[in-house]
Order: sequence, then structure tokens, then C-alpha cells
Amino acid sequence: MNTSDLKTYAKNTWCPGCGNFAIELAARQAFAELAEEGRLKVENLVILSGIGCHAKMSDYLRVNSFYSLHGRVVAPATGVKLANPELTVVGFAGDGDAYGEGLDHLIFAAKRNVGIAMIIHNNRVYGLTTGQFTPTSPRGFPGKSTPKGSPEDPMNPIELMLASGATFVARAFSGDLQHLKRVIRGAISHRGFSMVDVLQPCVTFLNTWEFYSKRVYDLQGEGHDAGNREEAMERAREWGYGGGAERIPIGIFYEVEKPTFEELVLRGRKPRELPMPDIGRVLNEHV
Amino acid sequence: MHGGCRALIDFMETFIGPLYNAIIIMGEFSVLIGGQAGDGIKQAGNAIARAFNRLGYWIFVYEDYPSLIRGGHNFAIVRASSKRIASHRERVDVLVALNQEAVDRHSWRLGNGSMTIFDSGLVKAEGLGIPMGEMVRRRGLPSILRNTIALGALAAVLGIGLDVVEDVVRATMGKRVEENLEVAREGYGIASGSPRGAQGPKAERVPGGPRPLLTGNEALALGLARGGMRIYAAYPMTPTSALLHYIAAHEDELGAIAIHPESEIAVIGIAQGAAYAGIRSAVGTSGGGFSLMVEHLSLAGQAEIPTVIVLGQRLDPATGAPTYTKQGNLFFAMFAGHGEFPRAVLAPGDADEAFHLAAEAMNLAWRFQIPVIILSDKHLSESTFSSSFEASRAGEEPPKLWDGTGDYKRYAQTEDGVSPLAFPGGGAVVKANSYEHDEFGITTEDADLIAKAQEKRLRKAEALEEHLSGKETLRVHGDPDSRIALVVWGSTKGVAVEVAERIGASVIQPLYLLPLPKRELEKRLEGAERVIGIEGNSTGQFCRWLRYHGLRVDEVLLKYDGRPFASDELEGKLRGILG
Repeated sequence: MNTSDLKTYAKNTWCPGCGNFAIELAARQAFAELAEEGRLKVENLVILSGIGCHAKMSDYLRVNSFYSLHGRVVAPATGVKLANPELTVVGFAGDGDAYGEGLDHLIFAAKRNVGIAMIIHNNRVYGLTTGQFTPTSPRGFPGKSTPKGSPEDPMNPIELMLASGATFVARAFSGDLQHLKRVIRGAISHRGFSMVDVLQPCVTFLNTWEFYSKRVYDLQGEGHDAGNREEAMERAREWGYGGGAERIPIGIFYEVEKPTFEELVLRGRKPRELPMPDIGRVLNEHV
Repeated sequence: MHGGCRALIDFMETFIGPLYNAIIIMGEFSVLIGGQAGDGIKQAGNAIARAFNRLGYWIFVYEDYPSLIRGGHNFAIVRASSKRIASHRERVDVLVALNQEAVDRHSWRLGNGSMTIFDSGLVKAEGLGIPMGEMVRRRGLPSILRNTIALGALAAVLGIGLDVVEDVVRATMGKRVEENLEVAREGYGIASGSPRGAQGPKAERVPGGPRPLLTGNEALALGLARGGMRIYAAYPMTPTSALLHYIAAHEDELGAIAIHPESEIAVIGIAQGAAYAGIRSAVGTSGGGFSLMVEHLSLAGQAEIPTVIVLGQRLDPATGAPTYTKQGNLFFAMFAGHGEFPRAVLAPGDADEAFHLAAEAMNLAWRFQIPVIILSDKHLSESTFSSSFEASRAGEEPPKLWDGTGDYKRYAQTEDGVSPLAFPGGGAVVKANSYEHDEFGITTEDADLIAKAQEKRLRKAEALEEHLSGKETLRVHGDPDSRIALVVWGSTKGVAVEVAERIGASVIQPLYLLPLPKRELEKRLEGAERVIGIEGNSTGQFCRWLRYHGLRVDEVLLKYDGRPFASDELEGKLRGILG
């Protein structure tokens, strides 16, 4: 499969140099490779996006898509998976989207281990609303809503996802396309809930390109045991999304197998094939 | 029981007994059972209702309880009639008091011939005292079994056979069936042995029945399932929590899956994801939860996702009085959501209508790819009705589906505005979009495409109205030629129909509030000299809606204290208005 087959006619309107280009390309390559290998049927692929610069993925990718609401990607994604567990469900969300407006859904998706992959475009700034601080912006970030600097410490989504019970937690960098693609492949192939925090520069409002380029290193290249939750937590704390870190780990922090939400809820039933209700039988109870 | 007390009761029974039968309305009984939360009042009300049901009576049960788990005062009024009824009355024939508060609060409801059955260990009252507490303590049983003793005693007083009581106990008690049977028999024996018990009004078997007894919530569950619902999502909130519980407990029979996500926002998002994937879903909530769903309501409008919402109103604003009723969310249901998009708002008035309209809501949502709101309220959702619907009359109607030719356009322009549906996994690329979009579902800000897309969605509203013009959208009860027309919607139906029959009025009851069956209403209201709107809210929302459409309402009768109209109460108020 040619990766350009997965593009629509929509005109791309991301800023030149935006990290979203790499995420979009990596996702497209990951989909095409998995399809080539017979591990994914493109017609069974559903992507969902929130609202923000990232969300244009729904317009740009020629696959089933649900362009949802700001912060809510996880909810319809859960519904799609529950309705038809044969579908491969990939949610794209921004950091304001997933870590701000809709954080509760992300935590519950991790808690439930619902079989969806969430790819978070984390540029640590609101781009489409022209530059306010997000949950992962560094303290002191001078956004338009905090001109004297953000008064809040950033949250660490990796730590949060580990604490919430996520069974696949990873981080990638839009500046390392091959690595990003491998991690996205891993997230899609994982059975259960997976989350990838993708560090990306916002060239217009928070250009972190150089900051990340100098600091990122691959966990898998340093013998990290992704099956060990304590070790994952330790690595997650190596960088708290502030400005001072020496090194920023990327790669898979944690990966473990657990029964999924849809398996436990459906117990082998397929919603499409549920029998018509036997109202007469039910009414007998009510006499 | 102390001898002195016994003598007093015997005296009272002998003295009052003969009056008793004269007071009872022929072929009709009203029983109130009251106690504190945790006394099993709801369960007892259900058992009493079933006993009458087995004798062929039409049943209505009103439940009244505060928002707490233990303590407080709960009561149920079970009304049984040889005629079809769907309301309670203020006056009761038998008061069953499991605590003193039940007597203190409800003795005003008693007429000269009414009877009180009470736990003589706890309650000071006139009537038939039974040492219920002592009977359960003696056996080491939990106090909640007092309600079964009360059932036995009540049945004996009403002359209902012990076999009926035993049958009902077996059908309603999940646990301790033998113990319940034993205490029911003892309660029955004590009451039949007392002269007072023997003189009570007798509930003879009447023709017809038994009929399935359903709460509004249960009927909604059955209707949704019959309309093809496969996934039901809800976050607990009175008065629709029981809808979630019922579907969860009957997944296999209903062919549906119940889930309880983290919030009402997740609830509706999940339901819409399922609908996008081709699975019929529904959600249920009350006003507070619906508030959280509103952004997704607008999404349903824009992305054209079939979305069925059961909105069980309760007394609000905000937390209000959560376990009490109100019809205060009509405008909210009709106008919630940012933007202009078609929707339907349906208002069933009893269990039968709840069943049919719930199935219809599923079909409308899928036929027109719109949000459909079923307006219930605490009084409809949690009251129990005798039902008589034919389940086979409701079924899943197929939506307009893509024929598989050419490139699929999720939002294809069509004459009626309804684009054929396709689902992920079926070979088409299906793009749903909350942004304004072109026919494929790709975002657009083009002025021409924006206007065309909006017009397409609005055409669905016209198509919906046309579709409904062939359906029963309004019902007329009582005397259709009367000069007096009572206009009601939703749960106010039952009480209005009963009173209309007594005062010779007609009742105009639209089943659809949006789109409003305007022409039908015009026709029906034309001949009436006095049009009286009756609503369970404080601003007369439906009457305002009628006036907005140029329809005439002369008087408005409102109730907004959390309690539904009782039939004798409404009759008195109407007679006052009519002079």
C-alpha cells in the first residue's frame, strides 16, 4: 500500500515546520506498514480526533474518521470499540484536549484498559487559539492568558497514565520520525489501552525543537525493562515537563497485557448480533 | 399486645366497621403504606399492587420518598380499580403504618370508614394493630419483614385469599422466601381473626387481568430494546437510575448491553461512538446530567449522529429536590444545544405510551439521523402502571443505507436531507465531522457549502414533520365534544383523563411536543370554549409553546411543589375554576 493512498484532497493548513506533519506521516506509514503485513485492515481502521491543530488528522487521512469535540475523543472512541471490537480504533488528541478539557476520559480509558490507542500531540501550548498555556506548559510560560508567566507546574502525563493503570505508556518526539512510527505501530498493535505522548514543537507559539533534539534518548536503547512498573515510574520522573532536564526519555515506558474493557463487557457477544428482545418473557416477571 | 389496647381496638372495630363499607368507592381501593427508608416500602407497595393485579384490577402506584437511604419518610399509594386508572388520589381507604410518622403525616387522608393497620409495638393509632416488630424479633428476622406481615394483614382485611398472598410473596421476594411466607401467614391469621379485619371492604375478583405492572422506566427499557437499542449508557441519576438498573439486570432478555461510564459527557460520547459504528444506542439522565450532555447534543445535530436521550425530569433548578417530580425541562429539551438543528421531543404519559414512544424514538433517530429526546419525569419513570401494549406493534425499522456504489459520501445531498448511512468496516470511508463539512465529511469554511449543508439538515426537519403527519402525534381522551378542553403533556395525562371523565371535559394530549402537531391541535382546540392547560411546572412552558404557535390557552393550572396532581385534588381545583 502506498502511503499517499491514505491522503484526502483536503488542503493542509499546518504551519510550515509544524510537528504535526511528522505525526501525520508517521501514523500514515504505520497504518500502511501494518496493512502491508496483514495486521491491519484499513477499512476496519477508525481514527478520531478532538479539536485543535492536531485534529485536522481527520480531514487529512483517507480513513474512517470521527472528528469529535474538544476533549472528548476518548468517549466516542470507547463507543466505537465497544460497538465493534473488530475495528482498530486510534484517537488523536492535543495536550489541551486530552490533559485539560477531557482528562477524566483519558484516566478512565486507562483504568478500563479499553482497546484504543491514544496519540497525544503534545506541543505544550494551545496553537489554534493562538498561544495559551496548557496542562504541560512549563511554569512561567508567558502565554496570552498568562502574560506574566504560567503560575502552574506542568503535569506529567506519563506518570499519570502509569498511575491510572494504562497497559501501554510511551513517549515519542516528532523530530525522530522512524522512532515515532515504531512507537505508534507498537501502540496500535497493543491489545488494550495505549497512550503515546508525542513531544512536538509548535513553531509559531512554542518552538521546542532544539530543546528536545538535544535531550531526547531512546529508553529501548538503554536496556529499560518495559515490563517493570516501578522502573517505568522512575524513568517517567526523569523529566517533569519543566525546563531544566538534562535528558528526556522517549520510547516505551511500560507495556503489559491485561483483559480489555470490551472483552470483559461483551463476554464474547457481538453487539450487532445480539438477539431481538423477548418482551413476552420479560413481561411475565411483571404480573 | 397489651390487653387494654386490644380491647380498645375491638371497640373501635365494632363501632366503625359498619360505616366502612359505605365509604369505599365501588370497585376501587386505595392503600397507603408508609414507614421510614429501609422499611421496604417500595417492595411492599409492589407486592400489594401484585395482589390486586391478580384479582383483575387496574393498578397505579405512586412512590414518595426523600433523597436518603435510611430514616426519613417513605410511602407508596397503591390504587386498584375495576376501571383503567393512571393516577393516585389523596383519600385512602387503608393506611398501613410501619411507624408513627406514617399515621401523623397521613391521617388527614382517612375518611370515616377508612382503616389503619399498624405495628402496635411502635405506633399509636386507631384501627388494627399487629405486633409486627415483636413477630420478627421473636424469629430473629430483620425488621424489613414487617412489610410482609403488613401485606398478609392487609390481604386478610380486604378478603384477598391467602393463596394470592403466598403467590405474590414467592414472586417478589428474592431472599428468605420461607420466612416471608411464614410471617405473611401469621399476619393474615391475626387480621382475619379480629372482628375488625372481618368487617373490612372486600376486594372481589373483577373481570380481566392480570396485566403486566410496569414502571415508566421499565416500559421505556422495553421500548428502547424493541426499537433496536443494543447499548445503553448512563450515569446514575434519579429518576432514571432504575432504567439503567433494569437494562443491566435484563441484558440477555433485552438483547442489550448496559454500561455506566465516568460522567454524562462520557455516556453520550460513548453512545454516539457506538451509533457511528452502526450500533443503536441510547442514554438516560435527568436535567443535571442532560446539562452535561448538551455539547454532544449539538454534535448529534451537526454530525448527524442518531442519538436517543431519555430525559427524566425532576424538581430542579440545580440539585433541587432530587426524588420529587416536575415538568420543568420542556424548554430545555427543546432548545438545548448551540446552533440550529432538527430534533424531536416526545412525551409519553403512561407505561404503554412510554413503550411505544421509546421504540419510535429509536426509529426516528435512525431514520432522520437526529437527536430524539424522550421526556419523562419522576412521576412517569417511577410510578407503576398496568400495561396493555402489544409488543409486536413496535419494532426496529431499517434506516436509509448506502447502496455500495461509487465513493461513499457520508453527508450526500438528498431531497429530504437524509444521507444514506454506511458504517466503518463495511468498505466505505465514513467521515463524521463536528465541523461544518462537505458531502464527504471534510471540513469546510466555504460560504456556499456552509449554507447548503445547513439547508440539507433543515430539510430533515421538514421530512420529519411530513413523516409524523401519518402517525398518531396527539391523543384525545374524555368527551371529545366537550366545551372544556384540558391540555396536558407527559405524566399529567393519567390524572387529567380520570378527572375529565368525571367533569365531562376532553383531554388533548400531544405525544410529540417538537415538532408540535399544530394542525391537529388547532382542529381539536377550535371547538372548545374553554381551554385549560395543566402542567407540573411553575411557568406553564407548554402553554407558552402553544401560544407561540398561535394556539389559544385560556387558563393555566400549575403545580410545582414536587408532588404530582392527585385525582381528587385536580378535580377540586378544576371545579373551582369552572365554578
